[in-house]
Amino acid sequence: MSTDTGSDLLSDIDLTWVKRKELLFHATLVSAALFGVVMLALLILDVLLETAVGVVVIGIDVGTFVSSGASRNWENAGFLPAIIGSIWLVLFTLVFSFFLGVATATYLEEYAPRSRITRLIEANLTNLAGVPSVVYGLLALGVFVNGLRLGEILIAGALALALLVVPIVIVASQEALRAVPDGVRHGSLATGATRWQTIRGVVLPAALPGIVTGTILALARAIGETAPLIMVGAVLEARQSPGPTDLFGSMPTMIYYWSFRPITEFHHLAALGILILLLILVGMYGLAFFVRNRYETGV
Amino acid sequence: MSTDTGQPSGITEDIASGDQRRDRMIRRILLGATSITVLTTIAIFAVLFDNTWGFFFDATFSEWVSTSILNLGMDGLTQRVTFTEFFTDSQWRPSHADDPRFGIPTLISATILITVGAAFVSIPIGTAAALYLSEYAGTRTRKYLKPTLEVLAGVPTIVYGFFAVSFVTPVLLRPVLEVFGLSVGRNNALAGMVVVGIMTIPMVASISEDAMNSVPDELRNGAYALGASKYKVSASVVLPASISGVFASYILAVSRAIGETMAVTLAAGATPNLTANPLAEVQTMTAYMVTSARSTALVGSVTYQSLFAVGLVLFLMTLAANLVNDYIKRRYREVYQ
Repeated sequence: MSTDTGSDLLSDIDLTWVKRKELLFHATLVSAALFGVVMLALLILDVLLETAVGVVVIGIDVGTFVSSGASRNWENAGFLPAIIGSIWLVLFTLVFSFFLGVATATYLEEYAPRSRITRLIEANLTNLAGVPSVVYGLLALGVFVNGLRLGEILIAGALALALLVVPIVIVASQEALRAVPDGVRHGSLATGATRWQTIRGVVLPAALPGIVTGTILALARAIGETAPLIMVGAVLEARQSPGPTDLFGSMPTMIYYWSFRPITEFHHLAALGILILLLILVGMYGLAFFVRNRYETGV
Repeated sequence: MSTDTGQPSGITEDIASGDQRRDRMIRRILLGATSITVLTTIAIFAVLFDNTWGFFFDATFSEWVSTSILNLGMDGLTQRVTFTEFFTDSQWRPSHADDPRFGIPTLISATILITVGAAFVSIPIGTAAALYLSEYAGTRTRKYLKPTLEVLAGVPTIVYGFFAVSFVTPVLLRPVLEVFGLSVGRNNALAGMVVVGIMTIPMVASISEDAMNSVPDELRNGAYALGASKYKVSASVVLPASISGVFASYILAVSRAIGETMAVTLAAGATPNLTANPLAEVQTMTAYMVTSARSTALVGSVTYQSLFAVGLVLFLMTLAANLVNDYIKRRYREVYQ
């Protein structure tokens, strides 16, 4: 607003302060939005730097690291049993949570009547998603480890993780099913197909990319979880590569153990472990992104 | 399917009714799968309650019930931890040899300390970031900024713990605090607050931004037409109009902070401490559970049962937060067509 004409009606209004306040507010918002990004960058830089120092200055041998088990001596300490443990955990979590999650989502979206009970089940799902992960570990400890006397084995850990991620799989699958337009269902039903034939032959295939994407994201969550595994009694110092019914360790529990040790060499081992974990996570997110973009077609 | 045709259609009818039968069976199987989610909730509560009973008394609830029935009478319940001690004692030292004490206020206060501190980080920053994304940022900026912020939520919490110990405390906090003549240890509540705050920023920002986006443009345009500045529109129109969604995001972030485990265990430490001093080492409820579970306690011992007692309190706290969140969303939702 120009104020150069002296006798202007608005000449006595000074907008300098308003403009300054405006600018200040804008700057505050930008810095707040950038704060998270800066922190993320610092976090990644910190991990990279600690890893670099570990490898270059302290002399951690990456070959030994990826090929051997935990050791009291940092020079011989390795990550392999933790990696194997995490792979097993993810596979079993996938088996336990995928079918359960998809079946539940299918029932809720395709069969369930719009009743009070259905609403309660859905409210319960939101609630389960908000239960702290450590409580799922406690549940697995009480029911699977000590109740069914499975012991502190890998399967028990995978069950805890599966219960933890099932709500995520369900919600993602529900969204994928909801995105399938009703016309597709009606077309199939009109040919005389039963409801299940419609779902199996038409609806589920159309929703599959969305379901797969959601499941990969849920598994990415599972692979980074530490607390439930510690609760079911994962060994922190994984020396031997576990099978499904063995005592087990995983990548995050190993990282926890190393971060906690007072000897600083172990912190660099932890950083290297975190780097591997983050790379695997980036791979999983990338895969989810790829599936979403490549296969998600507007039906 | 009509049934008025005679004999010839018998075969197809059998197939059709077989299909129908299978349809019903599948429906039942799917219902069974759905009921597992309900069962999980019941199991969580049952397991926590059963063992918490065993923490206060000598036998778990299920043991007590079964023996009472067998003996056809009430067994005297010996109480090993009194409710008064649990809820009011200022000491939490479960593994003390002579005089173990179980006063949960120590752990609850630490949890609240961390949660409040984290809220002071995530709520202002998250809300401002949401306002920026929804009101100021261009489409391109938003397209890249929002997913980048959401990556923060995908980073495993153990990594935040490592970040706290290896960067936040020694590089960020210690030099700044030394200027003020304060010293800070390797483990301190402040580092826990900072990292939990950072990891809950995307939760606040993302959900708040969705709420702000659903505010119709008519409201904004009306304000602009009255000569309001962008600042006025953001702060006095958009924010109040989306307040229910924004508030729900706060509660979700708080609920997440209460249940957060690995970052606070690494950052804030494992020393129970009844204090409001953010520079002290404290032990939250979750940190106690994790550190205590590491030392494999005998099943049925007080230490073992104390995990469940703490877990029950934690579960009830997050449940309350989630219910409040649900209520706010339902009760105060502005519906814009």
